[in-house]
Amino acid sequence: MSAAISNPSPAAALWATGAQKILAFAGLIFLVIGFSLASPNFMQTSNIISILQAASVNGVLAVAATLVIITGGIDLSVGALMTFCAVICGVLLTYMGLPLPIGVAGAILAGIASGLCSGTFVAKLKVPPFIATLGMMLILRGLSLVISGTRPIYFNDTPGFTEIATGSIVRNFLPFLPIPNGVLILFAVAGITAYILGRTILGRYAYALGSNEEALRLSGVNADRWKIGIYAMAGGICGIAGVLIASRLNSAQPALGMGYELDAIAAVVIGGTSLSGGRGTILGTLIGALIMAVLINGLRILSVAQEWQTVVTGSIIILAVYIDILRRQRAAAA
Amino acid sequence: MTPLVSMRDIDKSFPGVHALKSVQFEVLPGEVHALMGENGAGKSTLMKILSGVYSKDAGVIELDGKSVNVTSPRQAQELGIGIIHQELSLMRDLNAAQNIFIGREPRSAGNFVIDEKRLNADTAKLFAAMHLKLDPKVQVESLTIAKQQMVEIAKALSHKSRVLIMDEPTAALNDAEINELFTIIRQLKAEGVGIVYISHKMDELKRIADRVTVMRDGEYVGTVPAADTPVEKIISMMVGRAISDEPPTIPDLKDAEVLLEVKNLNRGREVQDVSFSVKKGEILGFAGLMGAGRTEVARVIFGADSMQSGEIFVHGKKVSIKQPRDAVRAGIGYLSEDRKQFGLATGMDVAANIVMASVERFISPLGVLKNKEIRDTAREYIKQLTIRTPSERQETRFLSGGNQQKVVVAKWLLRDCDVLIFDEPTRGIDVGAKSEIYKLLNKLAEQGRAIIVISSELPEILRLSHRIAVMCEGRLTGILPGGDTPQEEIMRLATQRASATTTPANGRAA
Ligand SMILES: Nc1ncnc2c1ncn2[C@@H]1O[C@H](COP(=O)(O)OP(=O)(O)OP(=O)(O)O)[C@@H](O)[C@H]1O
Ligand SMILES: [Mg+2]
Repeated sequence: MSAAISNPSPAAALWATGAQKILAFAGLIFLVIGFSLASPNFMQTSNIISILQAASVNGVLAVAATLVIITGGIDLSVGALMTFCAVICGVLLTYMGLPLPIGVAGAILAGIASGLCSGTFVAKLKVPPFIATLGMMLILRGLSLVISGTRPIYFNDTPGFTEIATGSIVRNFLPFLPIPNGVLILFAVAGITAYILGRTILGRYAYALGSNEEALRLSGVNADRWKIGIYAMAGGICGIAGVLIASRLNSAQPALGMGYELDAIAAVVIGGTSLSGGRGTILGTLIGALIMAVLINGLRILSVAQEWQTVVTGSIIILAVYIDILRRQRAAAA
Repeated sequence: MTPLVSMRDIDKSFPGVHALKSVQFEVLPGEVHALMGENGAGKSTLMKILSGVYSKDAGVIELDGKSVNVTSPRQAQELGIGIIHQELSLMRDLNAAQNIFIGREPRSAGNFVIDEKRLNADTAKLFAAMHLKLDPKVQVESLTIAKQQMVEIAKALSHKSRVLIMDEPTAALNDAEINELFTIIRQLKAEGVGIVYISHKMDELKRIADRVTVMRDGEYVGTVPAADTPVEKIISMMVGRAISDEPPTIPDLKDAEVLLEVKNLNRGREVQDVSFSVKKGEILGFAGLMGAGRTEVARVIFGADSMQSGEIFVHGKKVSIKQPRDAVRAGIGYLSEDRKQFGLATGMDVAANIVMASVERFISPLGVLKNKEIRDTAREYIKQLTIRTPSERQETRFLSGGNQQKVVVAKWLLRDCDVLIFDEPTRGIDVGAKSEIYKLLNKLAEQGRAIIVISSELPEILRLSHRIAVMCEGRLTGILPGGDTPQEEIMRLATQRASATTTPANGRAA
C-alpha cells in the first residue's frame, strides 16, 4: 500500500477548509465598505456600536443553534427559550427579590434544564429534532406567558442589571471605544464554545454525531448521553441570551422571541455550517451574525423600507448557501 | 487448548428472517479462522452478535471458557473483541486520527480536553507500523474507499484486541494493500490474537486461513482445515452444489456495429487521452491497479464528472454528455463502485430501488404508479439474481451487503441501456451469485448490448472479457485480446509507468 497512497493537494485542502470563512469574511468586509461609501453615517462609532449591540443577542443564540446543527439536528426553540429564561430571571429578581447573581444563574439553569428536555426527547425517545424543538418552542412560549401573567417584568428594583448588556467596561480603558458588555459576552461565549468544539471530547462527539451517528455508537461511545449534553449546553447559552435581552430592555417581555430562532439559524447558515451536520464553525457563525446585523443596519441607514430589508436578508441567505455549494463542488473536483 | 472464543447454539431472528439457526463457531488463540458462506448466509449477523451490536435470541458465548454476555460495542471492546465492519463506518467529516481514536481520545486537563498532539503522534506510529503513508490529519472524506478501509483496519488494530473480526476487509483493496494486511495478520497471529476472517475471495483462504467454517442459510455446515481441503469442496459446502465456470467464448464481431466510441478523453491527471470503442455484443474489460483511472473514465463517460476535452459517440452519432441524465438518455448505464453512497436508497424497499431508474415505465396514464407491476417486476429480478430477501417490500438497509449489491445490478438491468458500464460488479458477492452475474453479463452481450466491466480481479477480467483494455496512471496502455491472454501481459501494461520518476497517480481509485 505504500505505493499508491498520497494526499490531496494542500491547496485543495485549504480551499475546502478555510475558504468558507474567508469568503464570508470577505462578504462582511464588502458590505461594510459598500455601506460606508453609500452613507457617511455608517462608519460613525455610535453606529458601529449599535451594530455590535444588535448582533450580540442574535449572535449568542446563533452559537447555541450552531451546536445543535453540528450534531445533525436543528433547534427551533432558541428564541422561545431565551424569552423563558428572561422571564425566570425576572421572577427571581423582581418578584422574589433575590440577589442578581442568583437571577443570572437561575436563567442559565432554566436554559440547561430545557436543553436537557429537548435532548432527551431527541436522543432517548427518538423524536426528530425538528418536532421535539418545535414542541419545546410552543411549550416555552406558553409557559413564559403563564409564569409572567402575560405582563412584562421590569428590573427597576435590581440596580446594575441593565449594566450587564449595555454598560461598558471597555470605556474605562478606552474612552473613545465604548464597546458594550453585551458584545464582550458574545465574544466570550463564542470563544469558549469554539474551544469546546475544537478541543474537547464534547465537541469531537458533536461533529461525530452529525457525521455518522451509527459509527460513533459502534465505536462504543454512549452517543445518546453526549447528544443530550450538547442540547443542554445550547440551552444554557440561550439562558445567557435571555439575561442579555432582559438587561438590554430592562424588562422581560413574555411575548418577545418569535422569529429569533430563524434569525439565529440564518446566521449559522450564512456562516457556512452545514444543515446536514458534521461541519461548521463558531467563527463562521459569528461572521454570519455580523453580516445580518450590518445588512439590516445599513439598509436602515439608507432608508430602505422594513419590508424590503426582509426580502434582501432572505436573498442573502440563499446566495450565501449557494456560494458554499459551488465552493464544495469545486473542492471535490480539485 | 481452550478456545479464545466459543459460540454455541446461537439463534437470531429479525422480523421475517430467521438469520441464525443454532450456529456454532470457535476461534483458537493465534488462529485465523475463515467464515464463509453465500450472501445472506448470516456471517455478519453472527459477528455482530459477538461484537455486541446485536443481541442473540438464544445460545452461549464463552471467552476463555467462561460464559459472557456481550451487550454493547463498548463492552465487547473491554472484553478484547474488535471488529472491522463490512460497511465502512467512518465519520466522514473527521480526520483519520480523530476517527481511529474516537471514544478513546488521549486527554489532558481534567479529562475533558483532547490532547490532539498525542492523538496525531499515536496515529502516525500506528500508520508507520502498517507501512501506511497517510497523514493522520487527512480528512476521511477525501480518501478513496481503499484508504478508508485501511483507516478502519488501523482503528481496529489500535484496540489491541485479543479477538479481531474482519468482515470482508479486502473487498476494496488492491494486491499490495492485501499483502500488507496479510503481513499484519501474520504478526497478530504470532502474538496469539485470534482472527475471524470473512471474505468471498477463495484464493485468500489458502493464503491466510488455518481453518474454515462454512455457513448456509443461517445454519452451520461444518468446519474444515484450510490447507488440505480443496476449494471445490468448500464451495460445494457453501452453495450445496458444484459450480461450473467455463472460459468465455469470444464471438466474432468483425461486422458488428460500434455502439460506443470514445476519442481523446481528458480530465486532469486521472484521464489522459483515452480512446477506445465497444461493439454491439462485446464485453470490454478494464484492467489496472487501483488509482489507474478506470473509474474516472467511466464517470466522465457517464457525465458524473465533466470532461476537459474529448468526444463520445453512441451509435456513431456524437453525443454531448454534461450530466448523468444526458448519458442515460443516450442509452448509457453506470453501476458505480460505491453502491452504498451512490446507488441505493437504503431506506426504501427492494422493489422501489429496482425500478428507481425506470419508474416512468410504471406510470399509468393518470400519473399513478402501477404498484402491482412494479412488485411483479421486482420479484422477477429477485428470482433471477437470487436476491435473498423476505419479500420485495423489505427495506434495502436490512439486506446483507452482497444482496444490496444485487439490487443495484437489478436496477440497471431493468433500465435496459444499450451501453452498460459495470464498476466492480461482483465486489462482496459470493461465488454462486458471481457466476450468475457472469452468465447475465454474457446474456446481455448476446442480446446486443455493449458491456464495459471494470474489475480489479484479474481472474474476473479474464473470465469475462472479449477484449481487455489496460490502464495505468490515467493512460490507456494497451488493448489486448480476451481469451487466453497471460496475466503477466496484463500486469506489464498495468504497471507501464510514464517514466520511472513519476509519482503514483493521485485521487479517486479506479
Ligand atoms: N437488521 C436486520 N433486519 C432484518 N434482517 C436482517 C438484518 N440484518 C441482517 N438481516 C438478514 O439476515 C440475513 C443474514 O444477513 P448477514 O448480513 O449476516 O449476511 P452475510 O452472510 O454477512 O452476507 P454478505 O456476504 O452478503 O455480507 C439476511 O437475510 C439479511 O437480510
Ligand atoms: Mg456480511
